[in-house]
Amino acid sequence: MNLATISLGYLRARSLSTVLNVLLLALGVATITLLLLATSQLEERMQRDARGIDLVVGAKGSPMQIILSSIYHLDVPTGNISWKQAQEVARHRTVKKTIPLALGDNHRGYRIVGTHHDYVAHYGARLAQGELWQAPLDAVLGSEVAATTGLAVGATFVGAHGLGGRAGEHMHEDKPYRVVGVLAPSGSVVDRIVLTDVASLWAVHADQHDIKDVARIAELLPDDEKELTALLVQYATPLAAAMLPRYINQNSDMQAASPAYETARLFNIIGVGVDVLRGFALVLVFAAGLSVFIALYNALNERRYDLAVMRTLGASPARLMLLMLFEGLLLALVGAVLGIVLGHALTELLGFALAQAKQVTVTGWSWLNAELWLVVMALAVGTLAALLPAWRAYRTDVAATLARG
Amino acid sequence: MFNVQNLKHAYNGTEVLNVAAWQGEQGTQWLMLGPSGSGKTTLLHILAGILRPTSGSASVAGQELGALKPAELDRFRGQRVGLVMQRLHLIASLSVMRNLLLAQYFAGLPQDPARAREALASLDLADKAEAFPHELSFGQAQRVAVARAVVNRPQLLLADEPTSNLDDARCLQALELLQAQARACNATLVIATHDQRIRARIPRHFELKASS
Repeated sequence: MNLATISLGYLRARSLSTVLNVLLLALGVATITLLLLATSQLEERMQRDARGIDLVVGAKGSPMQIILSSIYHLDVPTGNISWKQAQEVARHRTVKKTIPLALGDNHRGYRIVGTHHDYVAHYGARLAQGELWQAPLDAVLGSEVAATTGLAVGATFVGAHGLGGRAGEHMHEDKPYRVVGVLAPSGSVVDRIVLTDVASLWAVHADQHDIKDVARIAELLPDDEKELTALLVQYATPLAAAMLPRYINQNSDMQAASPAYETARLFNIIGVGVDVLRGFALVLVFAAGLSVFIALYNALNERRYDLAVMRTLGASPARLMLLMLFEGLLLALVGAVLGIVLGHALTELLGFALAQAKQVTVTGWSWLNAELWLVVMALAVGTLAALLPAWRAYRTDVAATLARG
Repeated sequence: MFNVQNLKHAYNGTEVLNVAAWQGEQGTQWLMLGPSGSGKTTLLHILAGILRPTSGSASVAGQELGALKPAELDRFRGQRVGLVMQRLHLIASLSVMRNLLLAQYFAGLPQDPARAREALASLDLADKAEAFPHELSFGQAQRVAVARAVVNRPQLLLADEPTSNLDDARCLQALELLQAQARACNATLVIATHDQRIRARIPRHFELKASS
């Protein structure tokens, strides 16, 4: 027999109200947990995917679209840029390194990205099997692509024109890719794409240029007709940030986009939605607090004789106050723990949905220290809700209460 | 054992109790008689230490109640005084056993389920330990209330109108039960009542006059 057994007895005696209160609080806490986990993981992944890339050069259009399409492989590109113009940027004195990207085809919804070996090195991806591509139409699969499609080294597949994986796309049946390597999971965007040589995408569309020898496409195709989708740029000097984007935007028909700036802008936009959801969650938590308060306050009326009897049995007023506070805290603790478990489950569920859509991955199997603050917040709400009832319990006038009946 | 001197109590300036002197020895049994409104419950509450009188002194088991700090008084009451109220007031959300353990817990005594079972057995309630109050008949509930009052072996057992709602047969049963339990722990018994049926059963009377 202690405060916990007494509190549990009372909570069991009005289980309906107890369940409602715990659920309200759990839903609020779960929503906040989901938001915390999802945004922190998204932010971390987006930052990781954009690390070391100072500038992306693409066709004229929305800078955000350029970033989304060429770093995160989420949106469609703004168009193509000429290979020669890209070469000029690569040779610019403020540029340390560039990685070309050629997009346009997909395999079962996974993008086929024509690039250099530098791209793999940039993301620190390692080969799990085979080797990197040596010739056009050699393909290296990201780990997730390999796992989903079941393709292994030596297998061949056909690219579909376009980026979506929509039905009815034109298939490049005559130019199948051959898998030469599979990458180990890296936790970056590389997991979700098919990598190949830039020339592969020229090769697949070689018919337009009447070129038969696709292995030598890079030599045979006139430079003027070579195209890229985007160029990832690393600066040689911080000064470049002030010069290069303006130089590109003014002197070419290309568009320069800064990943840092555009992702910040993106998070500002997402942030509004997140804030709305968070506000909603806080309303839930507040409602839970109010509900606990009302439950305890009503209980106080039902229990005024109980409280008086406890005083006659020797309980001090402080003990009765603790009893009420304990009950509020118990509700809050159960609600918070349940909410956090629920939040992780929901995040994992969201992760499944995003994986189905071949979008960024999110997992419920990670813990944030901020969740501890959620527990603290819930306990504070429980304490606040119990404060006035606890005070009234403290002030119980034993003799007057018992004399009344 | 208890000693009351020049005790006066007033609510909002209206005097509800005025006792010149009353004392009783350890183990004696008393009826506190008087019509409704004569201050029986008030005097009982003062003896129980849940009400401090406006003036005068009350001591129980050699302890001047007015000299105790609030927390000390709470503990003193829990350990030395047992109180059976007219409306019993068992805690509905706790089992019979836990209602008894509650008395040990709040009195600051070690929790002793064996003693609680013993108290229940002596009141013929051994099989009701895990029952909840709503599952009990009134007679059983009253016996649980008595068991809860005596579980800590109090020196003073107080009962407020324990028989007023009972028929004649049950009235005597209830009275005998209280007397037997008080005797078992050598407690002084004070029953506040206006029930004329039990006047003859206990020789020591203390009469309260209706206040003007």
